[in-house]
Amino acid sequence: MAEARADDDVRAHPPEQTPEPTPARATARERREAWGYEEATAGRGPRAYRGLRAYQGVRVYFLIVGMWVRSTMAYRTSFVIMTLGNLVVTALDFAVIALMFSHVDVLGGFGLAEVTFLYGTSSTAFGITDLLFGSTERIGRRVRDGTMDTLLVRPVPVLAQVAADRFALRRMGRIVQGVVLLGWSLAHLDVDWTWDRVLLLPVMLVSGAAIFASLFVAGAAFQFWASDAAEVQSSFTYGGTTLLQYPPTVFTTEVLRAVVFVIPLAFVNWLPALHILDRPQPIGLPGWVGFGAPLVAVACCALAGLAWRAGLRAYRSTGS
Amino acid sequence: MRLHMAVMASGFRRYATYWAATAAGVFTNTVFGFIVAYTYIALWDQRPQLGGYDLAQAVTFVWLGQALLAASALLGGGFHEELQERIRSGDVAIDLYRPVDLQLWWLAGDLGRAAFHLLGRGIVPLLVGSLVFELTLPASPLTWLYFLTAVALGVLVSFAIRYLVALSAFWLLDGTGLNMISLVLSLFFSGMILPLNVFPGALGDLAAVLPWSAILQIPADVLLGEHQGTDLVTAFAFQAGWALALLAAGRALQSVATRKVVVQGG
Amino acid sequence: MTADDAAFIEVDGVEKVFTVRRRAGWVRRERREVRAVDGISFRVPRGEMVGYIGPNGAGKSTTIKMLTGILVPSGGRLRVAGIDPAADRTRLARRMGVVFGQRTTLWWDLPLRDSYALVRRMYRIPDDRFRVNLERCVELLDLAELLEVPVRQLSLGQRMRGDIAAALLHDPEVLYLDEPTIGLDVISKAKVREFLREVNAEQGTTVLLTTHDLTDIEQLCRRVMVIDHGRVMYDGGLEGLHAVGESERTLVVDLERELPPITGIPGARTVRVEGPRQWLAFPATASAAPLVSAVAAAYPLVDLSVREPDIEDVIAKMYAERAG
Repeated sequence: MAEARADDDVRAHPPEQTPEPTPARATARERREAWGYEEATAGRGPRAYRGLRAYQGVRVYFLIVGMWVRSTMAYRTSFVIMTLGNLVVTALDFAVIALMFSHVDVLGGFGLAEVTFLYGTSSTAFGITDLLFGSTERIGRRVRDGTMDTLLVRPVPVLAQVAADRFALRRMGRIVQGVVLLGWSLAHLDVDWTWDRVLLLPVMLVSGAAIFASLFVAGAAFQFWASDAAEVQSSFTYGGTTLLQYPPTVFTTEVLRAVVFVIPLAFVNWLPALHILDRPQPIGLPGWVGFGAPLVAVACCALAGLAWRAGLRAYRSTGS
Repeated sequence: MRLHMAVMASGFRRYATYWAATAAGVFTNTVFGFIVAYTYIALWDQRPQLGGYDLAQAVTFVWLGQALLAASALLGGGFHEELQERIRSGDVAIDLYRPVDLQLWWLAGDLGRAAFHLLGRGIVPLLVGSLVFELTLPASPLTWLYFLTAVALGVLVSFAIRYLVALSAFWLLDGTGLNMISLVLSLFFSGMILPLNVFPGALGDLAAVLPWSAILQIPADVLLGEHQGTDLVTAFAFQAGWALALLAAGRALQSVATRKVVVQGG
Repeated sequence: MTADDAAFIEVDGVEKVFTVRRRAGWVRRERREVRAVDGISFRVPRGEMVGYIGPNGAGKSTTIKMLTGILVPSGGRLRVAGIDPAADRTRLARRMGVVFGQRTTLWWDLPLRDSYALVRRMYRIPDDRFRVNLERCVELLDLAELLEVPVRQLSLGQRMRGDIAAALLHDPEVLYLDEPTIGLDVISKAKVREFLREVNAEQGTTVLLTTHDLTDIEQLCRRVMVIDHGRVMYDGGLEGLHAVGESERTLVVDLERELPPITGIPGARTVRVEGPRQWLAFPATASAAPLVSAVAAAYPLVDLSVREPDIEDVIAKMYAERAG
């Protein structure tokens, strides 16, 4: 890792490490030996290599993102309009809840502040992931038009390139809305803020974002096989966040079992939130189950990583 | 007429080739149908007869919304991004010199698309919904016929609105803002996010007279048997009125745009 | 020259088999195996420039995709600079440059300059090397006025030049070009060829290019490989490919009206007549100018165009010669 970081940006080299300036007409071999960058990990075993790749991925992700943000800012008016539009579209989800509560005081036994808490946590977690990984939805198009190949010839992880492609800062709108409503709900909720509840709130948001991220990545991997089935991904991502905006009591036990044991969306906010709101867990789950969110998130990410690798392998053996 | 039938058929076939996309869409519509249906059940559980619907009618409304989502292009799409692209690239000049009318050409294509989406993406979600939930579906084939008429008129209104939005590309360099506004209005005022009769007071009255109500709310009410006798005729007249007015507006805008292309060369 | 240099690219009995599923009716599907590459072997020493030609669907692009590590071979052994491309794709990626004629590796919405800045950081190109290489590419490929233009606004020829520059900024040891001159105008083609010749001569970059344009091969490559149906049909010097010398160009003329086949034009023969349009074949090496004036002098000429000899023609002739 250390070698890799030192090599990251040539400008960051301390003077004594700066490679000898090479003459313009040096042969390819001379130049390669003069820099020797990727040999940094040669002979250091697979773990060093994997570590380097992960680091490379994050670095390249932010490089591409930075480029897109700069290019977005060149058309500032358009960006402002898009961000506002995005905010309004996501606000429609909450408009439904607001309209519902104009007719009732509780929905599935949950009051407005509690439902808003669920809405805020679901939207914030989803918003973070949508901002960071939303572009993976477009991978099917790349597979169809063949531009996937152009990502595979670059010396950086494909997933980072796919996730950063056309990074849309306007998706901030959803996070803003989620955070504002979460803040409002916290001000209106009557919660006994013990230390475990205080701790669980940020843990829930981060794990929730990670679980959504695994769904985005697994959905993208699926598109290697079914390149025009991007919408399946939406049913789990957009569908998931919609589901989690409502109290679990609204749904049947079959739905609850499915989102606990099959696609563990319930760990995004429901199960931790029920602990914070001091409500019983559904379908006979123990009271501490909400604390399992980080573990579930790690497991989901690992599975999504495997799915991604399988998808990429399938693509590389069929080319389509 | 023969030409327009051919354009319509090609619009149908164009979407029919993507069977995986259709299957994925049906899956998504069904998932959303389930989620929204349970939230409506919770709402109607608290307030039976809300907006004049009983529980079964409310749940039926949910599945109708999912069934018509693609056909009536409630999320936009269909053709207008493509037309906007042709306007921006200047290719539309070629279309304008063709001996066929631009509006009718795109309308025919969109009707073909809608016909496919109604069959390909409408039937399965409605069927799944009716298997799992208790829905209010009419027994009389006549009511189904009325429903299909209302859907067709709704698609006309939807097309007319999207055509107006598409033509804005002649004047707006970046149409994404307007597309987004159009999407929000369509979702909110069609009844897609919540039936319009549940909207409170003046908002509900306003929503009922706006053109978007012709796209989902009226076809749904026709199927649910809310419009009978002269009321049914009034509903059709409302839809047809908006369709004609908006199509005429599209035609007027089109002739202004054509003049602009002819004078400025694109 | 070391052993590594003599076999910089090593291909031994490489195969690529695709399983194609085809719809046969509403539900039933047929599975069929397609051998896109069927046991190819060759070696390319460091610094050589090789033409890789063949008709559409012969397996050219599939070979390039295997050499770059995009596709994993179904069989055989493949090494580039001693690296197995499929297993070590990203490591090899630093040392190779790829240009796809049909699609850009640049970022569609970004100006060329931003694309290059991204390439610099992705490949970790030292500042001084980047500056020198960019200046060189800008000068030789005439990119100075295009640097601030988003890629989507570039013409095909401009975009191709931009793509070639992007593929060379990190001083790759090997450059793969898949149809680099397809759809380009004459001036762009000339510029691209001139640049490739210089890169190969001065940097010692190994170049493998696929093309449909025989002129590319004639002007750039001493060695040619002809591939058809996934097999190497010919591997050797350009002069060995007799058919190239014997190939013919076609003059397509549109006359004012339907006339009997054109006769009496020295060095040309009429091969096809279709209404007022006629096709005249003449040796690829001959100039079209005297031909045109001869036709114009004797016939009512409305329009004309010249068609270059096609790879397909050359290969057809090659088969004919083998058979005969």
